[in-house]
Amino acid sequence: MTILLFTISLLLISIMAGLLGSLTGLGGGVVLIPMLTLLFKVDIHYAIGTSLISVIATSSGAASAYVKEGISNIRLGMFLELATTFGAITGAFLAAFISTSFIAILFGFILVFSSIVSLLKHEDHLVTGEGSRLARVHKLKGSYPTAEGEQRNYTVKNVVGGFAMMNVAGIISGLLGIGSGALKVIAMDHIMKVPFKVSTTTSNFMIGVTAAASAGIYLRRGYIDPGLSMPVVAGVLIGAFFGTRILFTAKTKTLKILFAIVILFLAIEMIYNGIQHRM
Amino acid sequence: MESTPKHKIQDRDIENIMGNLLRYGVLASLFVVLIGAAFYLLQHGSETPNYKKFLGEPKRLSEFKQVWYSAFQGRGRSIIQLGLFILIATPIARIVFSIIGYILERDYLYIIITVIVLGVILFSL
Repeated sequence: MTILLFTISLLLISIMAGLLGSLTGLGGGVVLIPMLTLLFKVDIHYAIGTSLISVIATSSGAASAYVKEGISNIRLGMFLELATTFGAITGAFLAAFISTSFIAILFGFILVFSSIVSLLKHEDHLVTGEGSRLARVHKLKGSYPTAEGEQRNYTVKNVVGGFAMMNVAGIISGLLGIGSGALKVIAMDHIMKVPFKVSTTTSNFMIGVTAAASAGIYLRRGYIDPGLSMPVVAGVLIGAFFGTRILFTAKTKTLKILFAIVILFLAIEMIYNGIQHRM
Repeated sequence: MESTPKHKIQDRDIENIMGNLLRYGVLASLFVVLIGAAFYLLQHGSETPNYKKFLGEPKRLSEFKQVWYSAFQGRGRSIIQLGLFILIATPIARIVFSIIGYILERDYLYIIITVIVLGVILFSL
């Protein structure tokens, strides 16, 4: 295969990854790394570096639309970025000391976990009232526009629990070069009880900053290759561009189930390869 | 009493500017990456890709100064890498902009939080 053909195939796969990633809110990273390592036989270090770059691209691209809609809770995002950025540099630092087989296995388990989370029924919460002391001090309450065009107010619960979970999400993100969308959803939806629309967009918004925190470390280690990153960045951006436009209208349930099955299959493959030390 | 009420900066304004910042950052990055792609594919398009073994990137592609110099020598991979730097800088610029926004809003708690986040990111660069 020539570089030209390789680039075109990567571009097409990445468009798909970007589309699915933004539709399911899990980001493109979860499919990119297994695609690169299993399909294109790319070394996992390069795959992680490429994925991290793609994660920044999708996050920033999608966030530019969400932020303008006034759905993301910017203060909540910024507050939780304290946890994710600290986690991200810890994870990126640890990555150098962990064997690639272990990374492959861990990645496989995160994939399984992500696909389960994406299938969970959305608990759409709406916590009203003044909220806890921590939520008040950090001004975490907000409002978002509903489909009918009215503003709905909400606040959040369990700030400490959410913060801790976000720290874990940051570590995983730095370690594996993914956005850790699934863990962020757990932290915001299930622990902090943020309304679904807000948590999806705020999580997306945070992912870019989290990834930027470990990008410097990856760059210096030589994980970020221009030949791989170029088609992937272009592809995920094209995919995410269409993905964000579908999000507000399409019913994505069938797609999610399909995506979960694909992810599950990739996960088994990654874990198997990790155990066999083929990574 | 003032005859015209001062325009106070609102969260809404900040969200708008932030949205534009992210959009143009990504577009600028994509633009540079695509220019680099043209050079790269013309220079190396018919070669065979080799990513099976991890060797790490040479200094020309991993150190900012060297990327900058070699990009202006018309080297495709360096130009792409320069575009990726713009991409990495985009969320960081968003953080810097947030600090300015919180200063205008006089939200001291969030000035501190945002400065710490920025500090952590700059520390890792």
